[in-house]
Amino acid sequence: MAHLSAIPQLEPGQDRTMILNMGPQHPSTHGVLRVILEIDGETILRIMPDIGYLHTGIEKTCEAKFYQQVVPMTDRIDYLCPLTNNLCYCLAVEKLLGLEIPPKAQWIRVLLNELTRINSHLVWLGTHALDIGAMTVFLYCFREREDILRLFEAISGQRMMTSYFRIGGLALPPPLDFFDRVRNFANRFPSKVDEYEDLLTSNPIWTMRTKGVARISAEDAMALGASGPTLRGSGVDFDLRRDMPYSSYDKFKFKVPVAQEGDVYARYLCRVQELRESIGIVQQALDGMPSGPIKADAPKVVLPDREKMKTQMEAMIYHFKIITEGFSVPEGEVYQAVESPRGEMGYYVVSDGTAKPYRVHMRSACLANLQLLPAMCEGRLIADVVAAIGSIDIVLGEIDR
Amino acid sequence: MPLAPAITDIEQLKAHPAIARLLSWNPSAVQGVKFDRDEMSIYVERSAIREACSLLRDDPACPFNFFSDVTCVDRYPSEPRFEVVYHLLSIPQKERVRLKVRLAGDAPSLESITSVWPAANFFEREVFDLFGIRFTGHPFLRRIQMPENWEGHPLRKDYPVEGYR
Repeated sequence: MAHLSAIPQLEPGQDRTMILNMGPQHPSTHGVLRVILEIDGETILRIMPDIGYLHTGIEKTCEAKFYQQVVPMTDRIDYLCPLTNNLCYCLAVEKLLGLEIPPKAQWIRVLLNELTRINSHLVWLGTHALDIGAMTVFLYCFREREDILRLFEAISGQRMMTSYFRIGGLALPPPLDFFDRVRNFANRFPSKVDEYEDLLTSNPIWTMRTKGVARISAEDAMALGASGPTLRGSGVDFDLRRDMPYSSYDKFKFKVPVAQEGDVYARYLCRVQELRESIGIVQQALDGMPSGPIKADAPKVVLPDREKMKTQMEAMIYHFKIITEGFSVPEGEVYQAVESPRGEMGYYVVSDGTAKPYRVHMRSACLANLQLLPAMCEGRLIADVVAAIGSIDIVLGEIDR
Repeated sequence: MPLAPAITDIEQLKAHPAIARLLSWNPSAVQGVKFDRDEMSIYVERSAIREACSLLRDDPACPFNFFSDVTCVDRYPSEPRFEVVYHLLSIPQKERVRLKVRLAGDAPSLESITSVWPAANFFEREVFDLFGIRFTGHPFLRRIQMPENWEGHPLRKDYPVEGYR
């Protein structure tokens, strides 16, 4: 958190400019972001984001837990895409262990990750539209989000903090009617996206508030570390799912939406197209769902099935060992990145050979994307700050960790 | 799937674009290499880090044009205590590389790479805040996560998980 002394102190009347605070309790900052503005009338001369209000020291906490106990911590980083964080952490530890994950588990991971992306983009679309003044979209988006949260509840028992992925596979087999319910949702959803687009895409008020606003060039976006739809909205065609595939994303066919303009509207178009592509991936995952186990064959790492625990001595011993003393992970380090709804989410996990991670670091896509804000807003009007913050889709829990 | 042993022999790895580029520039800047679990790590000499980053960014054959991350690992109580870790990505070649700089424990400092990648700004501030490593040449090196008047650097290993204060 920046101290007030970091802001230039101006004598009243000495200059035309004034210092204005936005946040940390401002509704359009999507959490506890504080933005310090130096303004001349309505025009922004300088802008400085100030973060750290939600710092909980998750990275430090992870160092004191067993590897499997870190999974629920990763949910708490980003409340809109807990499963993406689960996946990224599990992939990193699996890479450290050299574990092979069965195909069915990988496909369910892909399916749930795309539902998570839709969930996250729906909240983004609803709140972003609300910030700019389109109230109805918010209600429509939360209607569909509720369906997805019910699916998450069905599969994991939790609506938001799912913790459904485990190191070595999945926590539980999905309930019997789960895939039917997902298919039902996937069949309905494309027409709902049409509804959102009817309300916004060619709405003159929406286009006036978003076209040409907070424009950023591809070079600037790259230099400032932007990733995900924020980078693709500036014309850089890069998506980790397609270009550096993980968890069998290479077996799915999908387009990566790219827009050239680099303004708020371009980022909006990218994300709305991603909604359609994601539901396509969900359909493919349902159609080609392989059969087989959902956990890797690694008794020292993966908890045994309940039935085996009651009938087999070894299973019970392994269960006791994993719960009481964890499992040791060979020495080494791994950087695993996945395409989260916001960009490149990376986990850097260092192991010293014990049952607790020596260091867990999360590369936050939002932290890098937030650095674009000054380049987007300086020289523009205060009202555009709200549109710009909405369009980079930040989650403060992930920024502050 | 058994893990393959790590390769640390520089002769075997010098075909890698990042290593080749750094060796052709200044062989003494590369202190060591490690290829483990399909990931390449290069130990870079402390004073060479900014130029090494700038060279890798502008390498015509394999431009590491995207800055992913910078963080730190505290190896307390062994020396050199800190390892500052940079992750770079080449979007055209779809290749990652990890640069590491080892720093001694007392008054650790290092050249900032914000002049090469403005993206490193917040990340270096975070490393400064949580590990106490000074980045010389950083435009605004202040605490970013912890309050300005906080004492100590929480992610250091000698900082307790609970019971502080």
